[in-house]
Order: sequence, then structure tokens, then C-alpha cells
Amino acid sequence: MIVDISELSVSYDGIDALQKISFGINEGDFLGIIGPNGAGKSTLFNCMLGINLQYQGVIKFFNKDIRKSEEYLTHIGYVPQKPVVDRNFPATIREVVSMGQINNDPDKVDEALQKVWMHELADRRIGDLSGGQQQRVFIAKALVNSPKILVLDEPVTGVDIHNKDLFFQILSELNSKGKISIIWSSHDLDAVERLANKVACLNKTLFFHGISQEFFNDEEMMKKYSETSMQMHMHHH
Amino acid sequence: MQNAIVSGIAISLICSTVGLFLVLRKFSLFGDALAHSAFGGVALGLFLGFYPLWAAYAVSILSALGLTKIRQKYDISGDAIVAILLSSGIAVGIVLISLSGGFSIDIFSFLFGSVLLVSTENVIMILGLSAAILIILITGYKKFMYITFSEEQAQVSGIPVQKLNYLLIAIAGVTVVTSMQLVGVLLVSALFVIPNVTAMMFKRSFKQTIILSMSFSVFSTVAGILISYPLDIAPSGMVVLLAITLFIGSLIMKSAGMVKTAGIQKKIH
Ligand SMILES: Nc1ncnc2c1ncn2[C@@H]1O[C@H](COP(=O)(O)OP(=O)(O)OP(=O)(O)O)[C@@H](O)[C@H]1O
Ligand SMILES: [Mg+2]
Repeated sequence: MIVDISELSVSYDGIDALQKISFGINEGDFLGIIGPNGAGKSTLFNCMLGINLQYQGVIKFFNKDIRKSEEYLTHIGYVPQKPVVDRNFPATIREVVSMGQINNDPDKVDEALQKVWMHELADRRIGDLSGGQQQRVFIAKALVNSPKILVLDEPVTGVDIHNKDLFFQILSELNSKGKISIIWSSHDLDAVERLANKVACLNKTLFFHGISQEFFNDEEMMKKYSETSMQMHMHHH
Repeated sequence: MQNAIVSGIAISLICSTVGLFLVLRKFSLFGDALAHSAFGGVALGLFLGFYPLWAAYAVSILSALGLTKIRQKYDISGDAIVAILLSSGIAVGIVLISLSGGFSIDIFSFLFGSVLLVSTENVIMILGLSAAILIILITGYKKFMYITFSEEQAQVSGIPVQKLNYLLIAIAGVTVVTSMQLVGVLLVSALFVIPNVTAMMFKRSFKQTIILSMSFSVFSTVAGILISYPLDIAPSGMVVLLAITLFIGSLIMKSAGMVKTAGIQKKIH
């Protein structure tokens, strides 16, 4: 197991966002994390990435408690939920990808950009790109240190169908050919069914974790999932 | 006058570099706020009989760090913090100066800047501090660029975001006081902001933007001192007027379509 989460709980101002979540991730897994808005997906990621340290429980990466050392971060590529890019920020795509690069090898930057088919635009400014193109740049940025694990928080929100498919194709290749384990949160059940081999279904508590087919073939489970999503939905209106 | 020119170049370089990071954080007026708190420091120094510049350094750095801390802890917006710092510096200054018997020539030179403040000893100090600041900012520029672009992503890359933020803010405090001798409390922040806004209009890479901004800043400062010296006027006003002229010139060039954006030419093939 490369990631091991046990009894993870988080609360904000006394209100629980996550309750006793436990699961593990094996090398090579493509894990889809699903759950309605406010289910705690980003909260889970923030704990795993050391952004939020106010949690109870234990998170281990490569068998080491992440509270003890930040070293694991060098093996992780992270694509945040809708990164906000200031249109006027004076940086080229090449410069954005090289931010956070551990060795300063410019070839690695080109290599990462090639993987997402963005190398031809490498000297354009990040603010001049469309949302989908920016998202691809952020994947390249996440790949630049040759990570073992890629963490993506709802990476395709607001991306058109064509770019979405391209994006999914890139992810599949990274997972199958590049041997990168992927942790990916999404609202797109069809895409998760298509791409992921494991599914974690979250809504404050973890009410399913396991093989993707088992989840999607289990009608009870699907019904339960759509009910919770509906409840959340009605709650909002 | 050589003193003024040499220190003017050093000051232009540090102001434009530090200023770029502040401008990109939507913190353009922070330099102004620090300068005003440094003014309170100058008054404190005069009141207690210290060398006013040391008091200004202490007050500027402490208020920069203190307010950053308060801002994080209580989630107060940046522009409100700037407003508070700006007025409290002046308020402290006015009270202390009144208590110590009214305004003197010293105070006016700090407010408006003066070539006379730049003695040979001061030049050495200005050059030393500027060199140290430039070395820190240039060797660490990639990290400072990263935390300015996205603190969260920088943190996930294992960069010590908090520490670098405090370092940058402390550097801003030192830069303001170092520069204020020549350009004065009232106009320091112009050198932080105007050359950077001008440089950003050219839409180049980060590196090129810093170099452009440094060039604009050095040009305005040197030319400003050269023009104002024979006319016997305070150089700060002329320096800032020249910086504004460059800004307006670039605006005109841009609206005439004479500014190319980075990378566009490569798209053709
Ligand atoms: N910084 C915060 N302060 C207070 N409450 C928070 C904070 N971040 C998240 N929450 C709360 O925690 C719960 C989980 O939020 P989280 O962002 O993890 O959900 P999510 O599954 O990522 O949702 P979405 O699908 O909308 O991105 C929500 O109820 C939210 O209101
Ligand atoms: Mg989320």
C-alpha cells in the first residue's frame, strides 16, 4: 500500500466534515473519489497534501506518517480544484511548469508539456490560455518532478467535451504506460466508471470503497448514492 | 551628486523587484503604508534622541511583520490593514513631533527626500543593504514567484511559504526605509508600483518583466536626479514624474498596437 488513511476525522468550527474515514491505495491504482458538493472531497485532499493539519487520525504515504516528514510531497503531483489564474500574471507556460521543479532541468519541462500536447505554446503567457488549456498546463506542472502519485481535485469542471476526452486520455496513459497512481475526485460518474479501477464514495463518512465495477453494478448502492445527492440538492434550494 | 546617482540606481533596483511581488499580490499600497509607519519611526527617533533612521528601520520592519501576523490571524483584508498602518504611522509622527517642539528641516527632508540626506556613509549603507536584498531576491526568485502565483500549490511542492512570506515582508520594510532617504516618505511607493505596472503592460515572461521594470526604474531615477540637481529641486518629484511619463508612453504604444505579447509569434508555424 502506498497510501494508508485510518480513522481520519476533520471538523470545522465544531461541525464534522469527515468522520472516521479509513482506506488504502495500492501502487498503480486509479481511484475515483465521488460524492456530492460539500461531501468532504477537497477536505480529504487538503489533509493528504499537508495543507490542512487540523485533523484526527493517521495518514501515511509510503508507510510514513505525513506529520513526521514532508519528504513524500516530492513524489506527488497535485492539480487543484479550479486553480485561479490572474490574467495579468507575468509568467509563461514554461515558467509556470518549472515552478516547484526540484532539479532545474529545462528538458523535463518540455517533456512534461509534450505529454499534455502543450509544448508548442510553451512561451505564451498562462493568462492568455483558455480554461481547458490552463488545466493541461497544471497537469504538466504536476508531472514535472516525475511523481509516483497524481492527485487531481475535480480537474475538468468547466472544460468542454472535446478537452475532457483529451484529458481523460492523458490520465489513462499516465496510469497505464507511466505507472503513475492516480487519485481523482469527480462528479462525473460515467467518467469514473470508464477510467477508475477503484472507487471511494464519500459523504462525510465513507460509505463505499472498493472495486469500481462492484460499485457500479450494485443497484442498491447506486440508488443510495443518487438519493444522498438528491437530498443535498434539495437542501440547497 | 555622484552619491545620489549611485544610491539612486541601487534603490531603483530593489524597489522595482520587491514592488513586483507586492503589486502581484494586490498589495500595491503596502509600500506606502510602510513608509508612513517609518515616518512615525523617524519622529520617534527624533523625540527620543536616537538616530532617526535606525528607529525608522525598527518600526518599519516590526509593523510589517506584526500586521502580516494580525492579518492572517484575524482574516482582515489587505486594503484595510494598509489603511490602518498608513494613518497610525502619521498619527504617531504628528503627536511626537508636536511634543518635541514642532516641525524641523529634518522632517521635511524625510517627507520629500533629499540628495543631502545621502552622505558618503549613507551611500555605503544603501549599497550594502541593496546588494543583500538583491542577492536574496534574485537567488530565490523562482520560489518568490511561486508563492506569489499560488501559496497553496507552493506549499504542496514543499516550499516553506510562511517563512518566505515573512522574509519578503521584512525585505519590503528595509527597502522602504533605505529608499526613503532619497525619494521621501510620500513618494517611495511610486517606485514600488509604477515601473512594475508599466513593465507588466508589455506582457512578457516573469524574468523579462523584472528586467524591464528595473530598467524603467533606473532610467527614471537617474534622469530625475540629473534634471533636478541643477534646478535645485527635490529629486523625488522629478523621478516620479519621469516614471509616470514612461507609463503613459507605454499606454500609448500599447493602444497603438505596438506591444507584442510573449509567445504569439511562435504560434504561426
Ligand atoms: N475552510 C473551511 N472552513 C469552514 N468550513 C469548511 C471549510 N472548507 C470546507 N468546509 C466545509 O466542509 C464541508 C466539506 O467541504 P469540501 O470542500 O471538502 O467538499 P467537497 O466534497 O470538495 O465539495 P465540492 O464538490 O463542492 O468541491 C462543507 O460542508 C464545507 O462547508
Ligand atoms: Mg471540492
